[in-house]
Order: sequence, then structure tokens, then C-alpha cells
Amino acid sequence: MNIIVCIKQVPDTEHLHEVSINPENNTLNRTGIPSIINPFDSNAVEEALRIKEKLGGKVTVITMGPPQAENALRETLAMGADEAILLSDIKLAGSDTLATSVALTRAIEVIGDYDLILFGKQAIDGDTAQVGPEVSELLAIPLITYARRIEILDGKIKVERVLEEGYEVLEAGLPCAVTVTKEINEPRFASMRGILKARKQEILHWNLEKLRLKEEEVGLKGSPTQVIRIFSPPPRPRGEIIEGENTEEKVAGLLAKLKSHRII
Amino acid sequence: MDFELNEEQQLMLEEVKKVCSEKIAPQAEQVEKEGRFPRETLMLLASMDLFGLVIPEEYGGLDMGFLTWSVIAEEISKACATTGLSFGANILCIYPIMAFGNEEQKKKYLTRLAKDSIGAFGLTEPGAGSDAGSVKTQAVKKNGKYYLTGRKIFITNGGEADVYVIIASTDPSRGARGLSAFIVEKDAPGFTIGQHFDKMGFRGLPNVELVLEDCEIPEENLLRREGAGFKVAMETFAAGRIGVGIGALGVAQRALEEAVKYSRERVQFEKPISSFQAVQHLLADMATEIEAARLLLYKAAWLKDQGKPFEKVASMGKYYASRVAMDSTVKAVQIFGGYGYTTDYPVERLMREAKLFEIIEGTSEIQKNIIALKVLKEYK
Repeated sequence: MNIIVCIKQVPDTEHLHEVSINPENNTLNRTGIPSIINPFDSNAVEEALRIKEKLGGKVTVITMGPPQAENALRETLAMGADEAILLSDIKLAGSDTLATSVALTRAIEVIGDYDLILFGKQAIDGDTAQVGPEVSELLAIPLITYARRIEILDGKIKVERVLEEGYEVLEAGLPCAVTVTKEINEPRFASMRGILKARKQEILHWNLEKLRLKEEEVGLKGSPTQVIRIFSPPPRPRGEIIEGENTEEKVAGLLAKLKSHRII
Repeated sequence: MDFELNEEQQLMLEEVKKVCSEKIAPQAEQVEKEGRFPRETLMLLASMDLFGLVIPEEYGGLDMGFLTWSVIAEEISKACATTGLSFGANILCIYPIMAFGNEEQKKKYLTRLAKDSIGAFGLTEPGAGSDAGSVKTQAVKKNGKYYLTGRKIFITNGGEADVYVIIASTDPSRGARGLSAFIVEKDAPGFTIGQHFDKMGFRGLPNVELVLEDCEIPEENLLRREGAGFKVAMETFAAGRIGVGIGALGVAQRALEEAVKYSRERVQFEKPISSFQAVQHLLADMATEIEAARLLLYKAAWLKDQGKPFEKVASMGKYYASRVAMDSTVKAVQIFGGYGYTTDYPVERLMREAKLFEIIEGTSEIQKNIIALKVLKEYK
């Protein structure tokens, strides 16, 4: 089984309140905010490693991002991934989900030999949940989203897909693309041996030339969607505490308020 | 001189911090309240290769030395002192085999201890503690086997460990010089666990009685030679003191962090109590003493890794760090006030835990004896 996992480096949610918006160019100011692997993507890496441990094969992790995204890749190597590729080129900057998917798809085609492509169900920063589906579409392979369980049998994949009330069981041929939920597993901690090994491992850097992509296919130019405005929702105003001598008085006050706003 | 952690240590520490905050710290309270041995968290540490930190690579370890071990063990002890001390007690089994074992013994036992076997060390008896030479457990050799008979008490990890190093007398007429060290497996015939001691703290850490009744040990499990037991024990204790000192340091550091956090949140006289000098001075003393203790222990570990004499500094580090743990936890409880005396906050537990460090692995008084002896020799 050759498994490719696409991951994204995102700002650590614990520090999300420190991210500010630059209203000039509608970008997020992330200076000084620590980055982590998108949590659902860690689940995808974990699942890939478990499948490999059971069936043998190779796990390759790809990410597109600035040079510091290497740290995210190195973490997956420490967990046990075999190879890591960073798609890094200044011309990739500003890519929307489609342009990102084009670049990832091309990288997957360059790798060539794959049976399964795993993604997290969505990134916790953009929350679009689009890249997995788009890559599968561009590669013209089956897609199963929101997996909570994956089983590989006889060249086929069986997946439990989370629904709002329950789950469905789907089967598809390989190669196949699957996006995973956090229920699927608990990502392992990296072993010390893994960390020491990953430190010395080479991370491949692929640019547009290696991907044989034209400038206009990716980046801002290759992106059909553009962010027009980005803003923080207005802070919720403080709640009002209805005062009163006793419970009856407070209830009466509350009822009067609700009626005046035509809520009841 | 360089006080910076190297990149490897930093990366390893980062992952250990993660496992500590996500898995180890959250169960510390339960471990104490239920008196439950934290086996799962220890096995998690084992799965991350942490049992083999000081073990040579040829026996499945990482050969990272005691300094790296110290940096990591402090973090574990800070998250859960019980997990930390159990992790530290492994060293008391690993070290004597590493330092005194022959090739066969190292191959057989270090590889297991590097993977996921829990270790323990047994010298203390009802009548032999600080006076280590008065061990009464006897080992008699018959037909290529040793038969051990006696009782060991307060054995950390006892009952949970897979491998024990046990000190017994092969020649009672020679006192300390008649002691020998043996590797004993948990399922050796005649080896049973006796009394469990109910303790003031560390209730999840087994400190039990080992009962040896004609406990049968193959001849090849003797470490070094007959009569080397006292030397094995003393060197093991010296290395173990770094570990126990680091355990104390973790508890002290935790007390400081809890106290800082609480003092910023607790408002009295319309101000956080951290703005009052009386509280600030407590925090300043804690922070200063903790830093000093850490440097002493790091130096001991560094000396050990360099193959230089480290016993004096290890004793200083253990003695000082355990005192600092006691003082810091008492101060932390004081800063917390009434809440600090309740079991709703961790500082009362830390205070109970701190006391143990002044007793185990050579009491503070024994440490001072060792330090004084070395100093008197050094400056004569």
C-alpha cells in the first residue's frame, strides 16, 4: 500500500485569539503565533501509519506552504512517515482551495504510484473542507469523506462515513481519496528514536518547475475565488442581569423584557 | 560552558511536554486519590523510547546520557510525581546492570528494560536503611544456584516491576564486604510480594515488602562477583540520587507554577495577590532556589556523563532539591491560603509528596555525611 497524506500547517487554536486581521490586504497576521499540523490531518497521518503497519508499504506526506511548513512535515516523519515533500514556491502564494488542489494533484501525479490518498476532513483555519474533494476530482478517483473507520480488503476500501445521525458503510476500489474525522483514531506521540531520525531526514522541496505547472495555473492568478473582505465578528455584548427584590419580581421583569422584544 | 539545551534535547523535550500535558498531568490526581499505579502512562513513555534514554544503543537504548534524562524526567515529575518517581526508579535497576553486568546480563536485561520492562532495586530491610551494610537477607549457593532468603521493605515499583536487583549477603561474617547483588525476575520461585505500605503521599506508587523464601536464582544472575554488592549499591544510589533529586525538582517547579498562576487570579483588597510584595517574595525565593537546585543536578548529571567523579555533587543536588521541594510546596500552600489546604487544588498533594524526597535514596542527613566526607578529604 502506497499512501499519500496531504496535510496543512495551521495556527495553533490555543493562540487563535492572538491572530489579527490586516484590513489593508485581507490577510491574517500570524507573526509570533505557533503553528501546528491541522489536527484532522494528524488523524490522517496516524491512519496511514496504521494501515502501513498492517499491510506494509510506504507513507508519503505532502504539504504546500512556506519553508517553515517543513516543521510540520518533520513531525510526521517523527511519527513514522517515510517521505515528506514540501511544495514551496513564491508563485504558489495566494492560492485558493482550487489552486492548492491543482498543485497537490500535480505532486501526486509526479509521485505516480499510490493506492490511497488521505486528508483531514477540513482545516481548522479556513474550514472549507474542499481540498480533499477537489484533488479526487482532478485525479478522477473515488472520494469518501468524513471517515471514522477504514478497512482495506482485497484491493478494496471499506469506510464508515459519519452522518449527522449515525454512519453509512461505503466501499470503493483503489486508488481512492478519503477524508477523515477525529473519531477515526488517536494520533500517536512521536518516539524519541523517530524524532532523532526525522531530524536528519531530507525533506524534498518541489517548485513549479518540478511540478511542471505554469505560473497562471496556481497562486493568485490560478485562483477563481478571492477574499474581498475579512473581519472579526463583532464581540457579543454583555448579557443583562435582571434585578429584583425576589424571584417573582425578577420573573416579571424578564417576561416584560421578552414581551417588549416580541419574543413571546 | 553552555547552558543551552541542544537541538535534539529541545525536540525531545517538546514531545515529552506534549505527552505530559495531554496524558500524564490529567491523571495525576486520580492516581493519588485511587492509589492506582500509573502503568498506562509509563507504558506510553516506554512506547516513546523513554525507558532506554541512558541505555547504550547496542542494547536497544538511545545512549543520551543522564543530563538529557534529567531534562526529560523533570517534566514527567512535574506533571505527575508518581509517574516520575516510578520512571526514576527504573534507573536503579538499569544502572547496576549497565555498570556491573557482564555482556550476557546486559544483552538479556538491558534490552528488556530499554523496551518496556519496569525495574526496581531492593536493599532496604526492616533493620537496614541508612546503615546499608547491615543487610540480613542471605544468599546461599547450592548446585550452581543461589537461594535468597529474607525480607526487603519500601521497595519502589515492587510488585509492578519485571526485573529487580537485590542485595543479599553471601558471607555474613564479612558484613558490608560480604554483600552481593543479584538480578531477580518477578516470577523467580520463592519470590513474593508481602505488605503494602499505606503512605502520606505517592499513594499510587508501590513501596512494598518483598518476601524471599529460598528464592531460586541462576548462578549467572550474580552481578560482578560475590562481595561486590556494597559497591554496586553505593554506586547505584549515587546515580539514583540524580534521579530522585530531579523528581523533587519537578515537584518544586510545579509548586512554583501553580503558585504563580493562582496568585495572579486570586483577588484580595481589589488586587491580585501577586501584586503584594509578601507574595512576590515567596515566589522569588521559590524561583531562585529551584534554579539553583536545577543547576546542581544538571552539573551532577553532566559530570556523570563525562565519566568524572559526580558523587559529591549528586548528593548536594539531591539534598538541596529535596529541601527546596519541601520549602517551595509549603510556600505554595501558604500562597493558596485556605484553598491550598483543600484537596481541590494540587498544592497539598505536592507538599505531601515533597517530604518523601528528604527520606528516600539516602536521607538528607546521609547526604550531608557524604558531602562532608568528600569536603574533608578535598581540602585537607
